Amino acid sequence: MTIKGQAYIAGIFEHPTRHAPDKSTAQLHAEVAKGAIEDAGLTIDDVDGYFCAGDAPGGAWPMVDYLGFNTKKLRHIDSTETGGCSYIIHIGHAAEAIAAGKCSIALVTLAGKPRTSVMPPRAAGAEVDFEAAYGATTHNAYGMCAMRHMHDYGTTSEQLAWIKVAASHHAQYNPHAMLKDVVTVEDVVNSPMISDPLHRMDCCVVTDGGGALIVTTPEIAKSLKKPLVRLIGHGEAMKGPRGGKDLDLTYSAGVWSGPRAFEEAGVTPKDIKYASIYDSFTITVLMQLEDLGFCKKGEGGKFVADGNLISGVGKLPFNTDGGGLCSNHPVNRGGMTKILEAVRQLRGEAHPKVQVPNCDLALVHGTGGLLGVRHAASTAVLERV
Amino acid sequence: MSEAKTQEKKYPAPQGNPETQAFWDAAKQGKFMIKRCTACGEAHYFPRSICPFCFSDKTVWEGSSGEGEIYTFSLMRKSPTGPYAIGYVKLKEGPAVQTNFVDCDLGALKIGQKVKVVFKPTDGAPLPFFTPV
Repeated sequence: MTIKGQAYIAGIFEHPTRHAPDKSTAQLHAEVAKGAIEDAGLTIDDVDGYFCAGDAPGGAWPMVDYLGFNTKKLRHIDSTETGGCSYIIHIGHAAEAIAAGKCSIALVTLAGKPRTSVMPPRAAGAEVDFEAAYGATTHNAYGMCAMRHMHDYGTTSEQLAWIKVAASHHAQYNPHAMLKDVVTVEDVVNSPMISDPLHRMDCCVVTDGGGALIVTTPEIAKSLKKPLVRLIGHGEAMKGPRGGKDLDLTYSAGVWSGPRAFEEAGVTPKDIKYASIYDSFTITVLMQLEDLGFCKKGEGGKFVADGNLISGVGKLPFNTDGGGLCSNHPVNRGGMTKILEAVRQLRGEAHPKVQVPNCDLALVHGTGGLLGVRHAASTAVLERV
Repeated sequence: MSEAKTQEKKYPAPQGNPETQAFWDAAKQGKFMIKRCTACGEAHYFPRSICPFCFSDKTVWEGSSGEGEIYTFSLMRKSPTGPYAIGYVKLKEGPAVQTNFVDCDLGALKIGQKVKVVFKPTDGAPLPFFTPV
């Protein structure tokens, strides 16, 4: 049993806004849903599966009602919540549901307003009394990983900076990017220290906005007008301190989700022509590239240096929309936009300055939660047919 | 950042629950407790009733030395309550503990540095922190 080739991504939409004081969160969900459904050439009445995560106001049932699904037809609902990688997990779950005949046209939405409304607090787990007082945030939780990675492997701030530099080279061509200026390694390491050893420019942007996509059957995808992009491998995993035994913050759950996806797809990192890698921070990208096998553990610093992630320059073009570091990071959740840019690359719809020639195999990978505390990871391999 | 000294700040009181109350009762006596599984022999933190390694329910409380070394840390340069350093300590007994480093020059923290537990008051049971030896 496999989901390989059983599900196609037939519609995509990324909201152009990065600042939405004039819109509601539910409205943004509706606008991205409309965009993705229309991109596919479908209608809301065709949708029989819905996927959303913790950013959907009130969860699945108010969203299903608000969006106006045909509830006589809607027969598969999934609100798996794993932070920023939720949507990468959703496309795998949608493929499973489609392969099992549980739905045929699934909609996945993400939207929110961290800049112009209040973000709901993360629900507390069993650890709350033993951790809440210590003030773990995204910045210092990822900073702890970077600090130890530098200690164990000699990774430098200059090497991490190259990840931001590459993202900025791509963002200059994205008219919707929040930060369009090309930056240098010096700019990054001279930006203010936020949480050691991460500087301001090691951190992603905070944006209002969202995105949505449609996952469907091979038959329906082939009846539509868009270039054919299908899911051929998928993996998911979680990692945490697990009682504090053998704590190692230099690797992520990507060491498990990646091989699962590659094995199902029957490909290796060497085959990948374009990679969307979640870039909440520069260290996130470096660790994930190692964990996925694009280079050996500890050699990520050398791998990302000297423009190796810049389209048309390096060996592994990444985040050609400018990524979360420069373009968009709606609701502090980067998974959706990672999928959308990979689909653009596979369709040949990326900006001509960053389009990878003959891009027929792409990887999408992300984490959710706090990398240095407890997190989820998901990997997807996408192919143009 | 040598000027970044720990500020005295107000910490939230632990809520406690039946599974962890003994930890907080011991903390009031100035004792730092971990849990050990008598089936597999492994120690863990934070405390659970069922061992997270072998899933046995034969876990017992054990007084920790409260000594260990810094595995990693990150110094948050600004916050509403001033700079603070989060990190993990690897205890002599094995488990890693998430904490803040206090009563020290936050700019001089180093991975591998020896530290020991120190309790800070709350409106309820005191909370464990670590400070360089």
